[in-house]
Amino acid sequence: MSTPAAAPPTVINFTVDGRQLSAPPGTLLIDACKRAGIEIPAFCYYEGYSLQAACRMCLVEVEKMPKLQTACTLPVMEGMIVRSETEQLTKARKGTLEFLLTNHPLDCPVCDKGGECELQDMVFRYGAGESRFTEMKNHEPERQWSPVVFYDPARCILCYRCVRACNEGMGVGALGITNRGVLSEIAPNGGDHLDCDECGACIDICPVGALTSNTYRYKTRPWEMQHVGTVCTHCSNGCKTTLGVRNDEIMRGNNRDRSGINGEFLCVKGRYGFDFNAHEERLTSPMIRINGKLEEVSWSKALGFVAEKFKSVSAAGGKFGVVAGTHLTNEELFYLQKFSRAGLKSSNIDHVRSGDFVTLLDAVSGNLTSLATADDLYNTKAALVIGADLSQQHPFLAFQLRADVRHHKAKIFTVTPGPVREAKYSAASVVVPEGQEFDALNNLTEQLKGEKELVILFGDSIKGQRVRDLVAWAGTLGIPVKYVCLVDYSNSRGAMDMGVMPNLLPGYEADPHPGMSVKQMLASDALDVLWVVGENPLRETKLASKNAFVVAHSMFLDETASTADVVFPSASAYEKNGTVTNVTGQVQRLKAAVRTMGTKTDLEILGLIAKEMGMAVEIGVWSHDVVFKEIHKSVRGYNVPLPILITGGAAVTNPVNGRVAVDVLVDEIRSAGDTLFTSGSLGRYSKLLTSVPEFPGALYKR
Amino acid sequence: MTFTPETEKRLQDIWSRYPAGRKRSAVIPMLMYAQDELGMVTQELIAEVAQRCEVSPLQVEEVVGYYSMLNKQKMGKHHVQVCTNIACLLMGGEELWQHTTKRLGIGHKQITADGLISLEEVECAGACSWAPCVVDGYEYHHHMTIEKLDQLLDSIQKKVQ
Ligand code: SF4
Ligand code: SF4
Ligand code: SF4
Ligand code: FES
Ligand code: FES
Repeated sequence: MSTPAAAPPTVINFTVDGRQLSAPPGTLLIDACKRAGIEIPAFCYYEGYSLQAACRMCLVEVEKMPKLQTACTLPVMEGMIVRSETEQLTKARKGTLEFLLTNHPLDCPVCDKGGECELQDMVFRYGAGESRFTEMKNHEPERQWSPVVFYDPARCILCYRCVRACNEGMGVGALGITNRGVLSEIAPNGGDHLDCDECGACIDICPVGALTSNTYRYKTRPWEMQHVGTVCTHCSNGCKTTLGVRNDEIMRGNNRDRSGINGEFLCVKGRYGFDFNAHEERLTSPMIRINGKLEEVSWSKALGFVAEKFKSVSAAGGKFGVVAGTHLTNEELFYLQKFSRAGLKSSNIDHVRSGDFVTLLDAVSGNLTSLATADDLYNTKAALVIGADLSQQHPFLAFQLRADVRHHKAKIFTVTPGPVREAKYSAASVVVPEGQEFDALNNLTEQLKGEKELVILFGDSIKGQRVRDLVAWAGTLGIPVKYVCLVDYSNSRGAMDMGVMPNLLPGYEADPHPGMSVKQMLASDALDVLWVVGENPLRETKLASKNAFVVAHSMFLDETASTADVVFPSASAYEKNGTVTNVTGQVQRLKAAVRTMGTKTDLEILGLIAKEMGMAVEIGVWSHDVVFKEIHKSVRGYNVPLPILITGGAAVTNPVNGRVAVDVLVDEIRSAGDTLFTSGSLGRYSKLLTSVPEFPGALYKR
Repeated sequence: MTFTPETEKRLQDIWSRYPAGRKRSAVIPMLMYAQDELGMVTQELIAEVAQRCEVSPLQVEEVVGYYSMLNKQKMGKHHVQVCTNIACLLMGGEELWQHTTKRLGIGHKQITADGLISLEEVECAGACSWAPCVVDGYEYHHHMTIEKLDQLLDSIQKKVQ
């Protein structure tokens, strides 16, 4: 008679410093302790990356084990009795620190990391201030590896964190270690320089000040800054970024508290592309075209002038056209469409479209769970990327998939018009000429049928009928499928959700009086007013209507603002409160970090024009929280849990489509094809982004 | 990059010894054999090894930087290594080293003007029981004395004349 095999335990019980703890099998002791509030010192260990066991700081005593054990490699075991602070351990850790300091310079007073350095903290904790070494310190000069990254070998404690972050987290592998022993140092892939994403992940993860960034180095001390958590304003991925602010100036961006959907991830744009905010060409005064020239005027004059013009055009039954930016907040977008529809009686309102989410919503109608969130990308067993260079265009989504591959052995499939980074770790990659992505899917059908589930991410080559075909094809796979419709900018998705479209109201309800799209507005010779709020539609297109009165809200004198009749200097997303919705439909709060004198938020400008026109009561109070309340109450899908939002989290919206068949104007759906180092018109005003010489991926031509 | 048929055959042999999909296992032997042929590790070789072993050039650089037996500078026809680690040191390794440098007029990791001999002071060569030890290429010379060392160098230098 055979006894049934005992089921493997689902929980392990053990003791640390006399406290009874438990954790799932396979949990590393260091993590289990951390979750229980017991801090085991560690330099090389980093959650989420491979184990290194290089620093020996995490030593603990385990009963029945003769030697000290590294908590970062030891899985918890039943009945294990651990001590994390003893005299012996203090001595061991002190010794390790003394060793690390044999070559580490004590230049804390000038080091960027001073005040938030893990080595400094540990020396402070264990008091290893004295050294028995009298030999000269081994010194190598500091080097600049790229416009972003500096390396100071003397400060490096060889923990390999940067190497793993770059290799595993970024999938770039630009950092390695060369030489041996005391001469070891980090080496960049280009010999004396870096060819990489310039994401700065290596800099942020460095426990000491060995890696520093050009933007932040020697500029300030950590304790002199306020730290404001907001959302990156570049791409649609919606990474939370914590801006370090001093005297109304953004000093740095990072997310070390891992508070957002992105954890610590940020790409070069989120971490360093904030410098547009302080660009010397920022507009700081309203302007009116007088005798053909834009002249600076007071706010009251400009607002009054625009209000008068709007009133008279409106009274004469003239034609308005409104183009809204995809970096505006949901509140601004909602308020603007209300202004247009209710105030100006015009549905000629639109945004620049980059993905066909509208058709997707219609095609999956009635199936709420079919839209993937950022979490789904980390947890799915399989993902299919169609027609997008994810690592270039959607850096955070690509990061999620890489983590999914590392931690959950997910299978990635790609169908793209050129080689992409994902191919390196994909189960299958198909390269086809642009536009043929959909037809190439058949090559993968059989393979995908064998998967348990799938998340499909698709770019702008799948639009209109193609989206419906895609959903129908996915239906034949016989497995649960979720979708991400890739769009370009921080609130591209919000613009659709908020009804900034000529034929759909907020919440994707049909507009009974459909208006004109961006292209139609620009091409109409009967347009009386073109009102552009935070967009640059005249970058490549000329306005057909010769006599149109053009009003532009802008941060810079771009192609649109420079031809406008009135220009309002607007605040950037880092100067606003409100909410934005990312590509995976997750809404998050923006928190104003700085102010630029002379500017106003677009919401305020809209409100003040409404007030001047005597329509404030009708359109409503222009305060972001009041507008958000209205969105929360009235826009379908935005009835999200407020505590999540208020505490800085990402709330998942549930947009629904009541099967409203609208013409999505496929010709107008086109991704700008931004790379890691471009960001539409905004990127041009980031000196950091324009200074990076990297060739951005094989799919792109400079 | 093409190697001599012999070297090429050796490389192919190496791969046949590792499980499929473990191309990277051959990084070190490939560097060694190719270095024997080329007399040094060139940038071209690093790129070739990376490509053949399916790793990044930086990963090959890491290996080259770590192992002192892989040389990025040109080595002599004879690469002579003198051990001065503890066992050899006690048995006169240091004197051997001093003698060699004086006789050849070159130092650690340097090469004679005629390109014949390069010199390296090495850590334990693994022959402590027969210390002191000097290694010429892959050939070990045990219980070395200054006289025996001179004979060795003589024979190397005579071979060429
Ligand atoms: S900046 Fe990013 S891509 Fe470049 S080396 Fe550092 S981690 Fe790697
Ligand atoms: S540079 Fe920083 S992260 Fe990289 S090994 Fe050195 S100390 Fe660690
Ligand atoms: S991935 Fe997008 S949202 Fe995230 S930091 Fe980069 S640009 Fe910003
Ligand atoms: S954290 Fe365990 S050895 Fe470094
Ligand atoms: S010490 Fe010279 S061979 Fe071991």
